[in-house]
Amino acid sequence: MQIPHEVTARPDTGLYNSKLGIWLFLASEVMLFGGLFSGYIFLRMGAEPGYWPHGLLNVPVGTMNTAVLIVSSVTVVMAWAALKMRQFLQYKMYMLITIICGIIFLGVKLSYEYPQKFDHFGAFIRKDSLSKYEAYLGNEFLKSKNLDPRVEISGHLLDAPKGSPYEAVAKKNAEHFKHMLHEEGIGGGHGDGHGAQVQVQTEATDDYVIQLDPANARPTDPANEAPSFLPKKQTMMTAVVKAADVENASMFVPRHSPYFAIYFTITGLHGLHVLGGVLVFIYFWGPGSKLYQRNPEHLANRVEVAGLFWHFVDLVWIFVFPLFYLL
Amino acid sequence: MATHAAHDAGHAAHDHGHDDHHELGFWKQYVFSTDHKVIGIQYAVTGLLFLLLGFGLMLAMRWQLAHPGAPIPYFGKILASLPVIGQHFPNGAMSADGYNEFGAMHGTIMVFFGIVPVAFAALGNFAVPLQIGAPDMTFPRINMASYWTFFISCVIMLGSFFVPGGAAKSGWTSYPPLAGIADLGPGNHPFFNGQTLWLTGMVFNITASLLGSVNFIATIIQLRAPGMTWMKMPFFVWTQFITAILLLLAFPPLEAAGIFQFMDRVFGSSFFMPTGLVVNQQLTQWSGGGSPLLWQHLFWFLAHPEVYVLILPGIGVIAEVVANNTRKPIYGYKVMVGAIFALAFLSFIVWAHHMYMTGMGAKVAAFFQTTTIMISVPSVILITALMLSLWGGSIRFTVPMLFATAFMPMFGIGGLTGIPLAFNAVDLYLHDTYYIIGHFHYIVAPGTIFAIFAGVYYWYPKATGRQMNEFLGRVHFWASLITINGIFFPMFLQGMAGVHRRWYDGGGASLDQLTYKLAGPVLHWNQFMSTSAFLLGLAQIPFIINFFWSIRNGQKVGRNPWDATTLEWDAPSPPPHGNFDKHIEVFHGPYEYSVPGAAKDFTPQSEPVETSAATRPVSPAPAH
Repeated sequence: MQIPHEVTARPDTGLYNSKLGIWLFLASEVMLFGGLFSGYIFLRMGAEPGYWPHGLLNVPVGTMNTAVLIVSSVTVVMAWAALKMRQFLQYKMYMLITIICGIIFLGVKLSYEYPQKFDHFGAFIRKDSLSKYEAYLGNEFLKSKNLDPRVEISGHLLDAPKGSPYEAVAKKNAEHFKHMLHEEGIGGGHGDGHGAQVQVQTEATDDYVIQLDPANARPTDPANEAPSFLPKKQTMMTAVVKAADVENASMFVPRHSPYFAIYFTITGLHGLHVLGGVLVFIYFWGPGSKLYQRNPEHLANRVEVAGLFWHFVDLVWIFVFPLFYLL
Repeated sequence: MATHAAHDAGHAAHDHGHDDHHELGFWKQYVFSTDHKVIGIQYAVTGLLFLLLGFGLMLAMRWQLAHPGAPIPYFGKILASLPVIGQHFPNGAMSADGYNEFGAMHGTIMVFFGIVPVAFAALGNFAVPLQIGAPDMTFPRINMASYWTFFISCVIMLGSFFVPGGAAKSGWTSYPPLAGIADLGPGNHPFFNGQTLWLTGMVFNITASLLGSVNFIATIIQLRAPGMTWMKMPFFVWTQFITAILLLLAFPPLEAAGIFQFMDRVFGSSFFMPTGLVVNQQLTQWSGGGSPLLWQHLFWFLAHPEVYVLILPGIGVIAEVVANNTRKPIYGYKVMVGAIFALAFLSFIVWAHHMYMTGMGAKVAAFFQTTTIMISVPSVILITALMLSLWGGSIRFTVPMLFATAFMPMFGIGGLTGIPLAFNAVDLYLHDTYYIIGHFHYIVAPGTIFAIFAGVYYWYPKATGRQMNEFLGRVHFWASLITINGIFFPMFLQGMAGVHRRWYDGGGASLDQLTYKLAGPVLHWNQFMSTSAFLLGLAQIPFIINFFWSIRNGQKVGRNPWDATTLEWDAPSPPPHGNFDKHIEVFHGPYEYSVPGAAKDFTPQSEPVETSAATRPVSPAPAH
């Protein structure tokens, strides 16, 4: 039995079957990511002032990944065009570039961007204790500028209260930190030139010691509010936060806040789409390319359909990038 | 779709049926089949079994409502002896947890595992390619993947009854924060617990329906036989087309919501968990900052179009059956097609009428009550057109037609009782009462399920080559019609008196409180309703016997036992792989019954009208 219009278009619709199929599938994908992004909007609009973080993601890396995806979107079209012109070797080359771009994107996400977040720690301070940490939060200054308050102290955890799930991370970071001090020859107490104190561990058993992010180290620096392209350097300053003053503390993982919840959910699902696309491309580049011998037009159609999916994945990233990295 | 691609199949006229004479093995022919008819039957059998299971859950609940705390006769012992489920049935009586579990799973199973698989996936898979003259679905292997993905979701849902703690208990709507914290305490597995498995099963179910709906739409657009233009399609195909679009576009937001809730439960995020959530007087571990209302928006964005997913295939079946048995075209075919388009569009902008009680604000409520009233217009057009189709027909009361005629008033009652609910002010009073339960069950139970029965009786001869027994069918129909009204009609009386849908003791204990005193005089209906439900169960026995007995012993039929006009009756019964054994071309509309001047009272779509167009009278010609 032969299904009609598998390769050639039906005259009255002008489409072959799988091209219609992928457009329908993409329509449902639009609704899926539409649902996810509406979650983003809902959560962000509902966030209390100060509870939606800014500037935590690495913009240069994200920009590079954006460029990588756009390049791959171009090369996948080139691969399709090469097939249409029956230039098999060129097809192989362009497809390979596309695959490599996809792998670079995933590699950067999984080996750099995600682990960097998992290392990071943030403690939301209870509302009635905010004034105790004014030196790290700068809320008086922010209030005078009519800006949202700062309610979180974030950075790398160097010590955690006894029995907290973060003890192991803190210990590892503290070791790493000592090592770094030794290598760079920075004496304790000098920090990064701002006269900050470096304190690796405290005697008390219920303190968080956090090596501060720049925004907490210099809370009244106007540069905190300006968008910055390059990520700011980690400071050598630490803060001691009493566990009793903490409303909620966690590594930068989904449970940290709705921001990271939606960040990991959307980028994770997007990453799965990239992975799916890459696997399909690898098939079309490798064993699937034998179809060229029998029916080059059919292979071209397949690449076109997979390419449409790839463009969609690219397009989703075009929304993800500003929403999470820039805004 | 790839294997014999070199052979160009682009011609509009194609022949088939002679290049697959090789026999497929048992597994490929009946289990992992890519044939749309086999897949349709697989969906039908699975879905009908789930309808029976969902009905069984409800019977246990109805026993509890009529006889609170009393052990369930006969079945109570069986339930008590089952692993895990038994915990909820001490001594064979239903506990509160058991009631919640069965209630949540009754809704889930009936909607997502019973009615949609049968009304959409089963009847659609079986009939749509035949009705448009296609050899199969556009993507046969994706079609198979759809069924097996659905099957995995079924296994997950059934398995969830047997994990520690039992199946989901937070209602079929899974409202957070309750659904976020349920089944997570000590003694529950972090992943293999009822609510998390519910979410996992739903994600698989949604994926299956996505694969199915892409296939349906692509098939209807691409594989219509030569001459089968859009307005010559049978109305059933139209309803399946629109249903597929609804599923395609409405289900993904629920998938998004399901993923969010899954994250909340497994990774401790706070999509739906509000700040400062206290459970058992202890602050929970969630960071907070989420919004329970977000779930409701995403859920009902699916679940309102879902209502039309449930009813549209039913209306399609009824239109086929009515045209065939009144021996005249359905009234207002074009208007009906327009009406289902309007219905589909409007169904996307009415979802928040399920949320009047959430305090989302009077302005929002005003918008949604306006659109909700608007959507009643196309619904009324559909039911009116079906009713008018009866007018002047010489009606044959076959079993499918009995179900179809009963469908109309039943759907009418369900629809008309929905109109008061559209209004914010009325809904605040009726919200979550048995009035709601009665309203939507009239739509889906004597509505859609009767349409499903009509469809099964109607297409059974095509699927098996044998007719179902007429007498058993009539017994099944009359017994079902009477008892089903015995269940659902008293719900309106109870609901208007304020009986709440979640009183697991049937309302008896709540009567001590002054607020609930109004419900007192209507509680005695519980016994009547529960007895009716039990009798409805008995009424299905003739159907079950008939269904299996007729496979071997039914009266043998030819291609067209109903003297019908649509294309599926041009194929052999049962149709072979590839469907048609002759060239199919369509000459005219789907319901050319009693064409004046024609030799017989039906003119199949594949046969040119015998009288030439010029001499064919426009109106019935006077006898001369």
